[in-house]
Parts: sequence; structure tokens; C-alpha cells
Amino acid sequence: MVDPKSDMHMTIRVKFFASLREQIINPNTEVDGSQAKTIGDVWKLATDVPMPPHVLCSVNLEHQEPDAPVNDGDEVAFFPPITGG
Amino acid sequence: MPVLIKPEPFDPIAMQAAHEATLPTGSFGATASFIGTMRNVNEGDDVIGMMLEHYEGMTEKELEAVIHDAKQKWPIDDALIVHRVGAIEPGQPIVLTVVWSAHRAAAFDACRFLMEALKSRAPFWKKETLKDGSHRWVERNTPGY
Repeated sequence: MVDPKSDMHMTIRVKFFASLREQIINPNTEVDGSQAKTIGDVWKLATDVPMPPHVLCSVNLEHQEPDAPVNDGDEVAFFPPITGG
Repeated sequence: MPVLIKPEPFDPIAMQAAHEATLPTGSFGATASFIGTMRNVNEGDDVIGMMLEHYEGMTEKELEAVIHDAKQKWPIDDALIVHRVGAIEPGQPIVLTVVWSAHRAAAFDACRFLMEALKSRAPFWKKETLKDGSHRWVERNTPGY
């Protein structure tokens, strides 16, 4: 008998904002959480292009650096420098 | 310590007055406010409109954190941040920051802090529409100091 839980795998949700959303064509908006240890890993799984310089990152609505760890169920976002106010 | 994201135009003076009316009468001696308004020129080009994008959830969280940090640094009674999102026209207010405190030093300094901090921490992005109909993202903020 198969344990239903063994067939479950968590995903990391990925968001892109502003100019990045327009530049990254058809990104994966969900990646396999077991394949990503850091935000940088999430970028590689979600896109086919290198991460541009000056990209800002967040995990679960908190600013983070690209080498910050990620976990199953996280929401990771990538965005260009902030220009509010 | 409210934070408001407004998808429609707002009257900053009226919003400041409305919030101030909720504070205990006579409880503060200084009020400092800043209003940021959309200009019709940027980097030498005529600008006829702007779309202001934000990261719903994170933006509000960062603005609340900015107010929290200001309260740690200065003895302020209350603060208000109002920020537009969506389609904006030249002349319309983009942002309002207000600080109420007992004395002017904390009010001035904390109000300045709110503006500078939100510009570097709260995820908003501006996309301009130029007079010739083209669009461009604003790539950086002007220095505050």
C-alpha cells in the first residue's frame, strides 16, 4: 500500500516583479522545493537565463540575499531596484 | 500607526487631518509631513503618466516595519504613511508621510527617516509613459541627501 503522503512534494512559489516580469519569458512559477537549497537555486530552476546584477530577492515577504536558504512552501520573489516614494 | 496603499487618487491634506482627528487632543506638539507628487518631467523627458506597481503583502509589511523602526529611534506619538499604486497622472500625490510627536526635532527627523527608508525598503516600481507614447521603467531613485 502506498502512503499518500509519500507521493506529496512541496513546491516553492516564484514571483517576478516590474521589469523582471517582462524580461523573463515563461518562467516556472513553481519549482520543486527538494531541488533548491538557496534563492540562487530557485532562480536557476525557474528561468533559463543568468540572474542579472542588482536583482533583489525576498523569501516570504522578507528581503534576503541570493545565497539565503529556502524551504518547501516558501514564496520567493525577484525584483529590480525599488523606485517608490 | 497606519499604512495605507491607495489605488485611487487621494487628498494628502485631508488624510492627514482625518488621522490627526483620531489622536487625543493636545497630546502632541509637533507635526511634520512630506508629500511626494508626480512630476511631468524626468531625466529631461516629458512624462504624461506613470504606473506604480507594488508587491502586495510585502509592501505593507515593509512600510509597517519602517514606522516601527522610527518609533524605536525617536519618541514619536504616531505616524502615517499613504502611498499610491496604479495609474498616476502628473500633479497627483504619490506618497504622504506624517509624524506627530511632542517636539519638532523628533517630528522632522522621523518624517525624513520614513521617506528615505521607504524608498529603499518598500517594494514599489514606477513605469513611466512618455509624451511620445513610449514606456520605460524608472531604474533608480534620486538621492535623498
